[in-house]
Amino acid sequence: MASVALLTMEHISARLDPVRATLSHAIDPIRYLVDLPVEASSRIAFSLKSYTSLREENKKLRETQSINQIRLLRYDSLERENIRLRALLENSFKLGEQVLIAELLSVNIAPPYENIVVVNKGTRFGVHPQQPVVDANGVVGQVFRALPHSSEIMLITDPNHAIPVQVNRNGLLTIAVGSGELNRLNLPFLRDNADIRPGDLLITSGLGGTFPQGYPVATVDKFTPPANKQITATPKASLDRNRELMIVWSSTKPVPLTPSEPHEQLKEEEQGDE
Amino acid sequence: MSNSYGFGRIILTLVFAMCLKIAPLPVAYAVYNPDWVLLTLIYWSLALPERVGIFHAWTFGLLTDVLTGRMFGQYALAYSLVIYISLSLHKRLRQFPFIQQALFIFFCLLLSELLLFFIKNIQQTAQLKPSFWLSVFVGTVCWPLVYTVLRFVRLAKPIKTD
Repeated sequence: MASVALLTMEHISARLDPVRATLSHAIDPIRYLVDLPVEASSRIAFSLKSYTSLREENKKLRETQSINQIRLLRYDSLERENIRLRALLENSFKLGEQVLIAELLSVNIAPPYENIVVVNKGTRFGVHPQQPVVDANGVVGQVFRALPHSSEIMLITDPNHAIPVQVNRNGLLTIAVGSGELNRLNLPFLRDNADIRPGDLLITSGLGGTFPQGYPVATVDKFTPPANKQITATPKASLDRNRELMIVWSSTKPVPLTPSEPHEQLKEEEQGDE
Repeated sequence: MSNSYGFGRIILTLVFAMCLKIAPLPVAYAVYNPDWVLLTLIYWSLALPERVGIFHAWTFGLLTDVLTGRMFGQYALAYSLVIYISLSLHKRLRQFPFIQQALFIFFCLLLSELLLFFIKNIQQTAQLKPSFWLSVFVGTVCWPLVYTVLRFVRLAKPIKTD
């Protein structure tokens, strides 16, 4: 009887969340305990790496870092230009995203056809539900439930997950629905004459409000032209390999219309965020 | 003294079962992972029915709900129902050979899985995949193993039963 009552209560409202948070203090150690062997083995493997291979890796990382730095410089100026142009169009622009790096706990909590993973950062770090999660290559998913010491993340490939996307080439808007398999997204809502080609990059469109605009999501797979109903895409993020994920805080404070000096505005915004 | 010792032992095995339940198996093998918590609970309810009852089943069901991020109370409901059945039949079940016990375990696991599926189906439409049966079958096959291991744990230092 009590279980039925609980089930209905949870179904109707979110009032049980504090209870869940309290119980999770007892439960989270189990999650960490299960993660322990994997974590330990990866640490041992790391400490057994030779000096030369570490030096190689360091060198490679330095190179990519400097390349990225140069790209970022350009990106910065482009962003400012974009803000100025948008100001001319009397349009607002979202900016300022903070990220928190979270590590995957290797536990299987859901049945295999549900793609839900657990990470080691929770509400104590300010994580809250519906936050977007990305990795170095693209969008991973969104925070589905945040507990004090861990949070559950629904991947974009979960069958119950849909993400609003747009084709980077021409701005065509559509929705990518999870397929339950880690390497496939379905694009069921496309017209027969939609302008979409194999290899097209899909980025988040920012519609729906959960995901910030402009993150890469997936690339369109090969398909034969008449079969526009069964177009699939491969996620950019390496969903099954990455252990480090980034939880994003996107500040929703838009830049005011027609700012007098965009640079000043930007600095103020950044300080406000910190 | 021995009372609290036995209690600790029961809790430990259940926690270990919970660890096994969320063990990080590759996706291809995860469908075979049976419901270890339920198997452990059934064993204890058969072996020590006056110690492990519906309350334990409900509590650990609730903890499993939190552990696996399910809706609150669904494992609690499934576990307490199964434990109720096994408690009411425990005297007969103890006499049964392994094969007959395994048959009972099969129906218990099936009942709990079906309940979980039914509850999930209320929330959102779910598909009953053929892999649904795998964990039930594997659980049934694992029963003699669970039985032997837990019997060893129980008798390692005798617990007062009657």
